[in-house]
Amino acid sequence: MQDFASSFATALGLLFSGDPELWAIVLLSLRVSLSAVAIAALIGMPLGAALAVGRFPGRGAVVILVNSLMGLPPVVVGLLVYLLLSNAGPLGVLQLLYTPGAMILAQVVLVTPIIAALTRQVIEDLDAEYSEQLRSFGVSRIASVPTLLWDGRYSLLTALLAGFGRAVAEVGAVIIVGGNINHVTRVMTTTIALETSKGNLALALALGFILIGIAIGVNAALGLIKVTTTRSAYA
Amino acid sequence: MLRRTFLGLTLAIAGLAGLHTGGAEAADRFIVVQSTTSTANSGLLDAILPEFTAKTGIEVRVVAVGTGQAIKNATNGDGDVLLVHAKPAEEKFVAEGWGVQRFDVMYNDFVVVGPAGDPAGVAGSNDVVASMKTIAEKGAPFASRGDDSGTHKAELRLWKAAGVDVKAASGNWYRETGSGMGATLNAGVGMGAYVLTDRATWISFGNKGDYKVAVEGDPKLFNQYGVILVNPEKHPNVKAADGQAFIDWLIGAEGQNAIRGFMIDGQQLFFPNANPGEMKKAS
Repeated sequence: MQDFASSFATALGLLFSGDPELWAIVLLSLRVSLSAVAIAALIGMPLGAALAVGRFPGRGAVVILVNSLMGLPPVVVGLLVYLLLSNAGPLGVLQLLYTPGAMILAQVVLVTPIIAALTRQVIEDLDAEYSEQLRSFGVSRIASVPTLLWDGRYSLLTALLAGFGRAVAEVGAVIIVGGNINHVTRVMTTTIALETSKGNLALALALGFILIGIAIGVNAALGLIKVTTTRSAYA
Repeated sequence: MLRRTFLGLTLAIAGLAGLHTGGAEAADRFIVVQSTTSTANSGLLDAILPEFTAKTGIEVRVVAVGTGQAIKNATNGDGDVLLVHAKPAEEKFVAEGWGVQRFDVMYNDFVVVGPAGDPAGVAGSNDVVASMKTIAEKGAPFASRGDDSGTHKAELRLWKAAGVDVKAASGNWYRETGSGMGATLNAGVGMGAYVLTDRATWISFGNKGDYKVAVEGDPKLFNQYGVILVNPEKHPNVKAADGQAFIDWLIGAEGQNAIRGFMIDGQQLFFPNANPGEMKKAS
């Protein structure tokens, strides 16, 4: 039991000591996961919106597929990306393996289905509400996508946060494609795994507290954006 | 089409990652060493690598996995140097042409650790084969790596010598964790099981509970480490010159002295034995 209290104290101590190694690891975690979420949003949002308004044969099957891919096991994604980026693999020439780029790629694969699936739901609901109105203005289904995305922007923030939560918390994929190399590809989750395997459970838990703190910080920042922009919109 | 999109995406990420690291202090000269958890988790590599980097300007990036995975990764060309501990597998790696040449680097030893209560009554023994036979006969829990690592291979050799069929006991008293040394120690301590571990990981392990070394000092517990340059003829991307420079340093006087000087709690963890001639020059 004393582990919890001492870990919490260790976490606070680590944060306020300004340990440069710790901050480098925290920043790399943020850099990798935020980049992955940004790229996944660029792919997933238009994809999800297109799925929401599009009418084509097999649409139901695609929706089920995208929804299912939300549950992709990170370790499987790590393995697939490793096999692609390995020097013996088709994309080995890029020399991306064991770099932050490889970690971003793996997390893009993990996060894109989450953003796409949640976007589809949001846009589908909006479309049901506004489609008659939009049609009466002569806006086609596909042309209505940007309007719907803009209208649903606050709900879509939740999709981004869900994606970020998945990315920043996973360890299975980044430890395979990043290799947990000190000062190069070591992020919060791989450090926690490493300290656990060294038997430094209190330190590992302390790092876990810091990771939760980061997640709260990112969520609070986005929440603040939402609050301030909604206020100015109605001002 | 999908493939092209994927390639484009990958290139974009490569560019992005390149941009990102461009500003950082990332060294342009680096090698990737595929190594085992025992060398990295014990702190040995963190302790000795800065010396090599300071001398040569070559950064060493260590991927610490089990020996089986390290060899597989090196076979795929995902590394310049292999530093592991499973001599038969290393010799096979070289014989099949994946590696250039194997050199002895250092040794440490394995120990069997167990709970203070010593349910199998093997504590204090220096006969590992007899002890493992006793553990099996009494059905005392034993946690195995079960991950094709160097330690796992060594453990399986010992069971074979003891004439114990662990496959039959799997899931019963014999529990395969399928994970690294530290994770297996955590699991073993949690379930009161005996564990075969390398001494370096054990000494630096932080979650010992009431565990103690039960069996040690048997020559069969000798654990030799070897280093191999990945063959540039198989994988042209291998940085042969820098990788060889690292190997030369590691098995030369400076590297061997650095290994000898690495201590935790006043205990030397690894014993250099690359080259008797070099050793004399160094001392």
